[in-house]
Amino acid sequence: MSYCKQEGKDRIIFATKEDQEKPSTAIIIESIDEEPGLTLPNGDINWHCPCHGSDIFGPCAVEYRDARTCFHNSKADPRGSDCHDSMMPWVRCLTEHSGIDLLGKGEDEEEEEEEEQDDNGFHEALEIDRKKYESSNESNKVNSS
Amino acid sequence: MKPPLSKLGDLAPGAWRDVGDLAPGAWRDVGNTQVQAVGQTESTKSTSTTSTPSTAQQKIGTTSSSSETVVKSAALQSNTAGSPEGSRSATSDTSESGVSSAPTTDTAGAASSQEGTQAAVTPPESDIPVHAPYLLIGGGTASFYAFKAIKANDPRAKVLVISEENHLPYMRPPLSKDLWFQTDPEKVEKLEYHPTQNFSVFHASNAYYVDPKKLPHLDKGGVGILHGRRVIYLDAMAKKVHLDDGSEITYDKCLIATGGRPKNLKVVENAGEEIAKRTILFRTIDDFQRLYKVCQETKTVTVVGGGFLGSELAVALGNSGLLNGIKVNQIFPESGVLAKVLPEYLSKWTTRRVEAENVNVIPNQSIETVSYENGQVALGLSSGITLKTDYIVVAVGLEPNTELAKTSGLEIDDVHGGYRVNAEMEARSNIWVAGDASCFYDIQLGRRRVEHYNHARVSGQLAGENMTGAAKPYTYQSSFWSDLGPKVAFEAIGMVDSSLPTVAVFAKSSDDTSAVKAVKDPESSEAVMTAPDEYDKGVVFYMKDKLVVGVLLWNLPYRLTTARQILKDGAENEDLSEVAKLFRIHQTVDQTSDDS
Repeated sequence: MSYCKQEGKDRIIFATKEDQEKPSTAIIIESIDEEPGLTLPNGDINWHCPCHGSDIFGPCAVEYRDARTCFHNSKADPRGSDCHDSMMPWVRCLTEHSGIDLLGKGEDEEEEEEEEQDDNGFHEALEIDRKKYESSNESNKVNSS
Repeated sequence: MKPPLSKLGDLAPGAWRDVGDLAPGAWRDVGNTQVQAVGQTESTKSTSTTSTPSTAQQKIGTTSSSSETVVKSAALQSNTAGSPEGSRSATSDTSESGVSSAPTTDTAGAASSQEGTQAAVTPPESDIPVHAPYLLIGGGTASFYAFKAIKANDPRAKVLVISEENHLPYMRPPLSKDLWFQTDPEKVEKLEYHPTQNFSVFHASNAYYVDPKKLPHLDKGGVGILHGRRVIYLDAMAKKVHLDDGSEITYDKCLIATGGRPKNLKVVENAGEEIAKRTILFRTIDDFQRLYKVCQETKTVTVVGGGFLGSELAVALGNSGLLNGIKVNQIFPESGVLAKVLPEYLSKWTTRRVEAENVNVIPNQSIETVSYENGQVALGLSSGITLKTDYIVVAVGLEPNTELAKTSGLEIDDVHGGYRVNAEMEARSNIWVAGDASCFYDIQLGRRRVEHYNHARVSGQLAGENMTGAAKPYTYQSSFWSDLGPKVAFEAIGMVDSSLPTVAVFAKSSDDTSAVKAVKDPESSEAVMTAPDEYDKGVVFYMKDKLVVGVLLWNLPYRLTTARQILKDGAENEDLSEVAKLFRIHQTVDQTSDDS
């Protein structure tokens, strides 16, 4: 049985599982002001999403946004395969800034499942362009640190 | 004019900062002990058709927290702290700047882009830009989230951070928690707090920052940090700051995120040099490293203070004491730990838990004398007893860093301390304040100042957005959390102040005998202690004017979204045991099982 007691101004209820599992009669106004994930309700990219991690302010942030935007709007199959021109500057920038980790970054991700897939696809697209870039570099011997 | 409603900012004397649920980091799944989520997402998936707030009244009970997944995250890469310059190559800068005729020398660069502004003053140090569109004073968590928000809204923003610390922006909570339970000394050395991942306390590695002296020439902007410098004067009319080295920087938008410094006790402060050598005020990475080292070389450490920081450190040192054979005392004037936060019965119960962590807790005592005797610190307590100890760790609260108020014509709140700002974190035109140093107007709960990690994050982000013109008020309540040993982990939101009346609902264990025993003698707190399971799990509502103004989730992870909704609603005239059902206190909710 549940029971309760009062200690000064503090009231304490010890509730059993049986009592607590009955449906609640409390009426609480649901007001969702959750931070949106990667995509805003209007379909745009949420640049405040924690999923962007430090890419949002790092030295390749502008390139990152271009790449991300292209992928976001891509209707190609596989998604992002039409984003080579937007991906390349980012890939180049990343290569020039060693120490920036492109995969798995983002200090706090809270994406919903679709967005997670969305994100994975993005990084796959990036990887493809990165390999292209590396192989072209090998032939050209472009001087980049 | 609204009267101040809250003293929340003051209620955590050893205030530590928490990582919030706002954007769950990966780092709550701290291995061996109580796993709780900083990394949680409590997404309350609405089954209803509309997500518009207000009008429609919906029951959230059945659907709340239905998806609480932690997406593994964060390469908070390990980092070469304190070496802001260095790791970047010259080639990267020229390619990045897009300014083909990048300056060959720094001074020339500064001069060419800022001609006319230098007038007759001595030329600035070569590493200091003369102008910053966004100038952030302070390099902690509030500042970090501010510049992230600035860059999110203004992609090419040039942000200059002036930090007194010689470390890149980092999170402080692990310094009094996770790092002490890190078993691998190499990880401690690298400040990696996570038991299995290489997440470090640094928000981002050095590679993400740009050289401050090149900032004016980067057409894509970036964030540069000037380390080891202090702003001594802020001229709000001229939009200019003066640094301790005599240089001046003009700005367009300025953030003050100067945080605070640990308070000391007068009696300790006046006790002389030998005592000072054996006193640790705990705040920074350097403080952590010093105390960590001390714990390997000493026999007795006494923590002074019963707030968050003091209690967490006592538990941490108790654990460390088991390994290193040191004795740990915790002494404070209140009757139990976290007495300014927890209702008295819960404070006492928690004190037992702290004691169980190898801590000799000495409540109800203040320190009246401090002297140096035979190489030790002798503490004369109010009871007349003298306590001898090798080191003392003083954790008696934080003093917000508000020196700029005097020179800058900014207002200090006489009740809560800190710079007074409006609901948008704005102090004066083009000046915002976030984090510990900000006394802000919370539209729902009144004027407050909050010393918690998550608040630094929430307010920093808000200030950053507003610096780009967002004009948003503070509406998203920050949260905080603490862990005290394996049996106590909690999160809270709103005004969690033990002077308020509370209503708590705890999960009663199925074993009825102990509970009956307790109820037979309701006057005696001892009787309660015969049923130690009773306070294991539950929710505490803090009340003011019939409204719920604070929610404490006691060993109930992944429920902050529900708590936030209760807080927003106020639950006026509701039966709180019915409201408690929304938290499913008897169920185990975790990030993986909840969806199924």
